[in-house]
Amino acid sequence: MDVMSEKSAKSLVKPIISFRNVVKKFGSMVAVDNVSLDIEPGEFFALLGPSGCGKTTLLRMLAGFEVPTDGQVLIDGQDMGATSPNQRPVNMVFQSYAVFPHMTVAKNVGYGLKIDGVPAQDIETRVQEALELVQLGHLAGRMPDQLSGGQRQRVALARALIKKPKVLLLDEPLSALDAKLREAMRFELSQLQQKVGITFIMVTHDQDEALAIASRIAVMHKGGISQLGTPSDLYEFPASRFVADFIGSVNMFEGTLLKDEPDEALIGCPELAPHAIHLPHSAPGNVNAPVWVAIRPEKMNLHKNSDEPPPVRDCPAAHNVCKGVIKEISYLGDTSIFHVQLANGRLVRVSRPNRSRYDQDNYGWGETVWVSWSGSSPVVLLS
Amino acid sequence: MLNRDGQSRSTFWATVLPPTLWVAVFFLVPLGIVWLYSFGQNEGLTGISLTGTFANYVRAFDPLYLQIFAKSIFVAGLTTLLCLIIGFPVALAIVFADEKSRTWLLMLVMLPFWTNLLIRTYALIAVLRTEGFANFTLEWLWNNASGVMTFAGLAPLGDFQPLQLLYNNFAVVVGLVYVHLPFMVLPLYAALDRLDKSLMEASLDLGAGHLRTLFSIVVPLAMPGIVSGVIITFVPALGAYLTPDLLGGPDSQMIANVIERQFKRANDWPFGAALSFLLMYATFIAIAMRSYLTRGKAVDAHGI
Amino acid sequence: MADRPAPLEYNRTWPMRLWLGGVFFFLYAPLIALMAFSFNDSKRTIVWRGFTFDHYKKLFNNNELMLAFANSLTIAFITTLISVVLGALAAVMLWRFRFRFKGAIEGALALPIVVPEICMGVAMLVFFARVMPWPNDLIWPFSLGAIIIAHVSFCFPFVTMVVRARLASFNKEQEEAARDLGASDWEAFRDVLLPHMKPALIAGALLSFTLSLDDFVITFFTSGPNTVTFPVKVYSMVRFSVTPEVNAASTMLIVLTVVLMALMMLGQRKSTTAK
Repeated sequence: MDVMSEKSAKSLVKPIISFRNVVKKFGSMVAVDNVSLDIEPGEFFALLGPSGCGKTTLLRMLAGFEVPTDGQVLIDGQDMGATSPNQRPVNMVFQSYAVFPHMTVAKNVGYGLKIDGVPAQDIETRVQEALELVQLGHLAGRMPDQLSGGQRQRVALARALIKKPKVLLLDEPLSALDAKLREAMRFELSQLQQKVGITFIMVTHDQDEALAIASRIAVMHKGGISQLGTPSDLYEFPASRFVADFIGSVNMFEGTLLKDEPDEALIGCPELAPHAIHLPHSAPGNVNAPVWVAIRPEKMNLHKNSDEPPPVRDCPAAHNVCKGVIKEISYLGDTSIFHVQLANGRLVRVSRPNRSRYDQDNYGWGETVWVSWSGSSPVVLLS
Repeated sequence: MLNRDGQSRSTFWATVLPPTLWVAVFFLVPLGIVWLYSFGQNEGLTGISLTGTFANYVRAFDPLYLQIFAKSIFVAGLTTLLCLIIGFPVALAIVFADEKSRTWLLMLVMLPFWTNLLIRTYALIAVLRTEGFANFTLEWLWNNASGVMTFAGLAPLGDFQPLQLLYNNFAVVVGLVYVHLPFMVLPLYAALDRLDKSLMEASLDLGAGHLRTLFSIVVPLAMPGIVSGVIITFVPALGAYLTPDLLGGPDSQMIANVIERQFKRANDWPFGAALSFLLMYATFIAIAMRSYLTRGKAVDAHGI
Repeated sequence: MADRPAPLEYNRTWPMRLWLGGVFFFLYAPLIALMAFSFNDSKRTIVWRGFTFDHYKKLFNNNELMLAFANSLTIAFITTLISVVLGALAAVMLWRFRFRFKGAIEGALALPIVVPEICMGVAMLVFFARVMPWPNDLIWPFSLGAIIIAHVSFCFPFVTMVVRARLASFNKEQEEAARDLGASDWEAFRDVLLPHMKPALIAGALLSFTLSLDDFVITFFTSGPNTVTFPVKVYSMVRFSVTPEVNAASTMLIVLTVVLMALMMLGQRKSTTAK
């Protein structure tokens, strides 16, 4: 009941961005294939996908740099069909930041206001405010070539935000930064978004980045949207093999649905385990039809070798376990990843947090182990 | 024997000597003689004595020659300006064309550049002369307009008087623009091509129109290329000989024509030599200006 | 399929197309008219009177013009041979060696590119008149020597420029590897450096061929009554009148230029795809 009312309440909010059946072709190449998407005010929305999936094209159509071949782009309810980029109520932070190299930081940030004919004194105060917002107040007089990459990004942010756009567009905003700085900027970006309260739309190919920052993510693949949802939705309930594989890492097996009851499903999966995989809930798909089973490495457990398979909670004995030999251990500090080779040669990845400083050597190379997973861990996929 | 680059001495000399000797004997020596002659005076019919006089240079500042110098600079400047105005949009279009049309457009710009200068000038003569294509087209338009006016009940226009398009300053400027346009387009193209397109997009995104973007972003960032294009066009236009000679009238003489006359018809080599070196100095000043104005700036156009 | 151009697709907007169309009309209409009227069956008017090869026949029977044409091609050919060798040597010298006066030599090699043609022309006139008079009675093609020397002087620095740009992309370790494997100076040059320079040598050769073929001003000051080149001959004809014969000769030269340029483009495409 609660969920229902929340959903209907959400759909009453007027979307700030609407794509309606948008198609974009470059010659014969289809970059965006019939995408419809609504983005609500105040969201931090991420378009996530591998390179060439059409996410950047979608963003550039919002900014007005590409013209859709077909379909409509609406910003705040207005069709942007013939509106040129300089008249749209959105601003963009470019991947290269595109900070004008021949202008000072202050001139860069004030550029948009100057064009709008804002009086000089107002520009000065607002530039200072915008620079304070991104913590660059002390660098107003610098030239861009005297700034670091992170500082140039802040200039680009301030320059776009000063125009008070309805939506801020960010094209791979963190890709040009080094790893440490990237981590810090993730946090800062979401802080900034909460502070200014406008909708942010970000394009990224980095799933960690999208999961960490975005309130909602559209995973794109081959010009279309594969799945739309919150970060945890996408991670825990992927809708397709592509999404399961693209976000996080996953063990994927082919199987057959043997039994499908409201409170129990069985999947025959000889690739993984001799006995059928047991789920304490129903599964999608038809009985006797092929399905895919996806299990994340951190949702599998290791057990020391013994004659009897270890018991698994809520599971009939000998189900949801398999036996193998540890072929490889990747020690990553916080976790270790074990590559376990099953009798049929398949490799299964199992990750294990290193909770204690002393138990990392519990399992060794070449050791025979049991691998188990609870009935709620596997995700059953049809495509 | 090895020098510090690990090459044997004979290889070094075999590489260095031929081009160095050639440029010294067949280029520097001839120029040097002209330079010496510019301080000499005529003696008899063919003799020249090197007296170290500055009389030839003083004579070059005679109002008659000063005026020709001023005029040459004006004509070359006007040519450069027209080339810039005509060529800038062309360079812009080439930069933003897709890969395939870009190759074609570049080739279309280059092709006249490779075509014989004399042939191009000759082709223009055929267009501009009194019974040429330009006048032919104008006459056709005139007669049609005249016909329309008769039809409308107005008095017909009089007989068509062909315009004198050739053998005047107009023809010289048209010819120089025709010949030098590729000199302008190619450096402009190179500079604009280096420009980061997202800088223009950022400007549009921040609310600037296309013209505003052009003047506040593209032109300042492409300035080194514009300066290069201007100098590369101005220098050969200033020293042009063939175009004013064939397309110009008696009052369209440029400095190169005066130099030629001193060496061929007037047979006053010392004075011609002085004029040559004045033209060379003017050229060097232009080139020095270019390196001064573009120093250290070529990198910036990349958008960091 | 997109019917509206994107904001930065300037060349798809109609004012830009109009501008481009106008500029290319200005550049090409005179040349195309010139070529078309070399086939016009009329001597004087600019009105089309029918197709004919008469002017070409007349051209081939015009010994003076044909001799001038042959002279031009011979000069361009020999000039190119010498220029490529000298230009390549100069480029290698500037790229490889460090020595005293290198800056001065570099400047001297750049001079012929920037000095106004007329200045170079008079310098050559003076040089061959006073310092090294070229004998008048040599047999062809030695009679063309003075012109060839003048042409090489302004052509080979261009070859140097092209080859130097190419050498900048050469990985010196390749040559060191060849030396390490036992090659002599000359063998390392022949087997490693020369193949790398090849596209630039071809481009430089075509460049100097066209420059030599194109030159009027410098030749005008060096040619004697018996050594008339095609541009000099055309110049003397043009001064009097516009005749279809000149159109025919010009057309042949334009076609030659287009063929050379096509060859260069093809060569470039090959060398880039080979990478």
